[in-house]
Amino acid sequence: MAQALSTVLNIKNLSISVNDSPLIKDVSFSIESGEIFALVGESGSGKSLTSLAIMRLLPEALQVTAGQISLNQTDLFTLPEYQMQKIRGKQVAMIFQEPMTSLNPVMKVGEQVAEVLRVHLKIRGKLARQKVVSLFEEVGLPQANDRYDWFPHQLSGGQMQRVMIAMALACEPDLLIADEPTTALDVTIQAQVLELLKTIRDRRGLSILFITHDMGVVNEMADRVAVMKQGEIVEQADKEHFFSHPQHPYTQQLLADAIPKQSFKPIIDTKSLLQINDLKVHFPVKKGLFQRTVGYVKAVNGVTLTIKKGQTLALVGESGSGKSTIGQAILKLVNSTSGSVNFSSPGEGGSNIESIVDFTALTEKQMKPFRKKVQVIFQDPFSALNPRMTISEIIREGMNSLQVGSPNKKDQDARIEELLEQVGLLAEHKYRFPHEFSGGQRQRIGIARALAVEPELIICDEPTSALDVTVRAQVLNLLEELQQKYQLSFLFITHDLSIIPAIAHEVAVMKEGRIVEQGSVEQVMRFPKHEYTQALLNSAPKLLRQTMP
Amino acid sequence: MSFVWLWTDLMVWSLLFVILAGIRSIKHSEQARKQWRSIFESPIAMASAVILTFYFVFALLGSVHIQLASSGDNSLDKRHGVYSVLDLSLMHLIEQTERTYSAPFATHEYSTSLNFDENGQVSQSYLALKYGGQHLTKGASIWLDVLKKTGLPLLLTFGIMALLLLIHGLFRFRTAALRDINNKTKTLPWKTAYISVFSLLFLFIWFYHLSHFYHVLGTDKVGQDVLLQSIKSIRTGVLIGLLTTLVMLPLALILGISAGYFKGWVDDVIQYIYTTLNSIPGVLLIAAAVLVMQVIITNNSDWFGSTEERADLRLLFLIFILGLTSWTGLCRLLRAETLKISQVEYVSAAKAFGLGPFKIIKNHILPNLMHLVLIALVLDFSGLVLAEAVLSYVGVGVDPTTASWGNMINQARLEMAREPMVWWSLFSAFVFMFTLVLSANLFSDRVQTVLDPRRVH
Repeated sequence: MAQALSTVLNIKNLSISVNDSPLIKDVSFSIESGEIFALVGESGSGKSLTSLAIMRLLPEALQVTAGQISLNQTDLFTLPEYQMQKIRGKQVAMIFQEPMTSLNPVMKVGEQVAEVLRVHLKIRGKLARQKVVSLFEEVGLPQANDRYDWFPHQLSGGQMQRVMIAMALACEPDLLIADEPTTALDVTIQAQVLELLKTIRDRRGLSILFITHDMGVVNEMADRVAVMKQGEIVEQADKEHFFSHPQHPYTQQLLADAIPKQSFKPIIDTKSLLQINDLKVHFPVKKGLFQRTVGYVKAVNGVTLTIKKGQTLALVGESGSGKSTIGQAILKLVNSTSGSVNFSSPGEGGSNIESIVDFTALTEKQMKPFRKKVQVIFQDPFSALNPRMTISEIIREGMNSLQVGSPNKKDQDARIEELLEQVGLLAEHKYRFPHEFSGGQRQRIGIARALAVEPELIICDEPTSALDVTVRAQVLNLLEELQQKYQLSFLFITHDLSIIPAIAHEVAVMKEGRIVEQGSVEQVMRFPKHEYTQALLNSAPKLLRQTMP
Repeated sequence: MSFVWLWTDLMVWSLLFVILAGIRSIKHSEQARKQWRSIFESPIAMASAVILTFYFVFALLGSVHIQLASSGDNSLDKRHGVYSVLDLSLMHLIEQTERTYSAPFATHEYSTSLNFDENGQVSQSYLALKYGGQHLTKGASIWLDVLKKTGLPLLLTFGIMALLLLIHGLFRFRTAALRDINNKTKTLPWKTAYISVFSLLFLFIWFYHLSHFYHVLGTDKVGQDVLLQSIKSIRTGVLIGLLTTLVMLPLALILGISAGYFKGWVDDVIQYIYTTLNSIPGVLLIAAAVLVMQVIITNNSDWFGSTEERADLRLLFLIFILGLTSWTGLCRLLRAETLKISQVEYVSAAKAFGLGPFKIIKNHILPNLMHLVLIALVLDFSGLVLAEAVLSYVGVGVDPTTASWGNMINQARLEMAREPMVWWSLFSAFVFMFTLVLSANLFSDRVQTVLDPRRVH
């Protein structure tokens, strides 16, 4: 850092509460100029509230009960609102997690940035346009002059986030608050955006308050780190010191969960359970009055995969690569265009001769007996459970529909209690409704629901991407345990490279509907052959790369 | 004497059972109970609910019809015909008809008429009313008399309220004894409820008592009591508001959910139906249907045993035609919501369990739509009450012999042009309708805030 160290932001003993119950307790930290300060914590720890307090944008129900925030030696809480408006945007700017919802969809992106200039710096007309174009160039938007007239929906997620950054930089703020700016982005894009933020910091000497839950990103970005837990800062340290000698047990736990396992799972040659051959799923694009088919979206375009008994196949890819569609095609939730999904089930009466069934050729009625063999766990624990049903109703549904176990209600109740205990919940939870549980608990309920019909294969569609790191580790451990106990096979669909060593035996990398590389985890992660896999691994946070020598 | 069950009577009583069944199911589900509790935690919603209940009770009383047989006795002969329980309890108002207009609390007619005195002299004077205020001695103040006659209703209301409080107190004492002391639940605004019950009860008893001596809200052109008409109109308004939703609900539910869930050609067909229906002006469609109905009724007058039956059939027909034209809005809403819900992961999970489409609709989609249905129903109610008034005003509404606010307003059209103006018919219809619609709107507002899932908790 070339600049002289001076404190840009200083927060002293900040406390925020709602109806006398404290949300943030006695938080103090300061950010020097040109510094990237990472505020880390799990959801609900109060990190976003802290950032809103700096902008003085807290919801009205919340009250600042104590503390002081000063920006460039000005106490923000004593300022009248009209002066605060000048500070927002001009001295502090903010970028958000979801670029899609932060941009106005009916306004040209250039105009949206120019508006900021107009309001704060009174720059108008051609001059404003020139300034916006140069900002777009600075944040690395290609053909910046043309992009000025584009609408948000014409840009990709990464480009939208670049526009948001350009908007934040427009008035040359001293402090940039980045609230999980890369969480909604794919790994490769995330790496680019992080790199961009760093170059901007170096070029402009601006301070960044970086809010995130991702230790990998922290390791990449931060100069100093503060860990928040339940409204309190439990540890604050320099990055090097933080990662090498974490003090607080919570931080140690957090880091242990975030750093991927160093060991790979041994590959044992077992029989294949599910064999996918040249699977294609094409969605017709319909247009016009009579809904003529004018083309196809090739979501899955000739995929061949094998899932072995008792093993996990991880399917990795960025959003839109068609990895979830494969899961849905196996379950016949979408119709496959061609190819086959061959499931081998043991013959009648426990004989060793296996019969192989092609799911794609079955009607819904013929498929029904196989539904209990293949089950699914979803990504979003909040939408995966019907909010109007009790937990016991949710779990019982599959048992009744697929006639698994005894139809007697008492036996079913006993089974439900057993399942809940198995996934780490309490038996009395069965009378509750989904909204009474946290995200991780709901994911456990989703697992119990799938287990209820005693499946052989569970398709896990990003089951941990909506969960916090510690909860994620717990859920992954649970899946691991269940696999050992019941010889379950998993098809684990994910975009998160860091969890693959912990969960998978084999991995397949998917891009634009095709598998570009597959093999054992060790082989693919250590010696990637395809350039896409290499790019994917290179853009993964250092924390992950360090473990892959 | 025998009961006569008109079609709308049967429908309104079956609706009562549906509502009771609904309340029972709410009591069983803890989630729903909590939601309804929080609806009633608002004092405004509580007061509105009390007012709505009063209106509903009047509608129910007006929906029990009794055939009074004509006996040989001549004095009773006047009374034969079909009467509702409400009519019977207000019999004195039916019988005490004046000659023509008289203002509220008047003792004399509203306009002068030619009068021959015993000398054969012709003079213009205000004739005394036959019934209104005739118990007064000459020169006595009306208002003093009214004030004197307030005591008894006030006493009676206090008596009833004391009884209510006692019953409620006993009930609450029992539940309070059962309840965990530490479990502090927000109390419902009972004070508001009691104040509104008290005011409504007092107002009604007071009016009822005074109506024996005065025409509290005046009389209309043919001397009928306006209070009686306004009270009888409650049934028409409430029925149209409630029963129309009963007609439109199955249509909207079945078509909306099928369109949203099955998509494809089912969706296309249903969408074409409702866009077509929506593009025909509603009033035009209703007017055409009602006019056709009128022709059929006049050509086949032998179908009906009495004028009441005829009027009732027309009301029923109006309810149906209103129902058939108003389902599209809710249908569109339900279609959109079903489209959304059928993409949610718990529906995918149910499909992975091999559940059929009807089971998925029953278990997963319908329960998650119920809040929308409920909100739409309470919101539509007030609109339909107003629609009746508009249609009757245009002349395609209920039968002219049926008491309804729309008919009252329709008649008031000419009265407003008179000099001096006859204002009380319009005023009464307005006040009665306004109270109903306002409380329905306030209540629906609260229902919407509580049940709307987008609400910030």
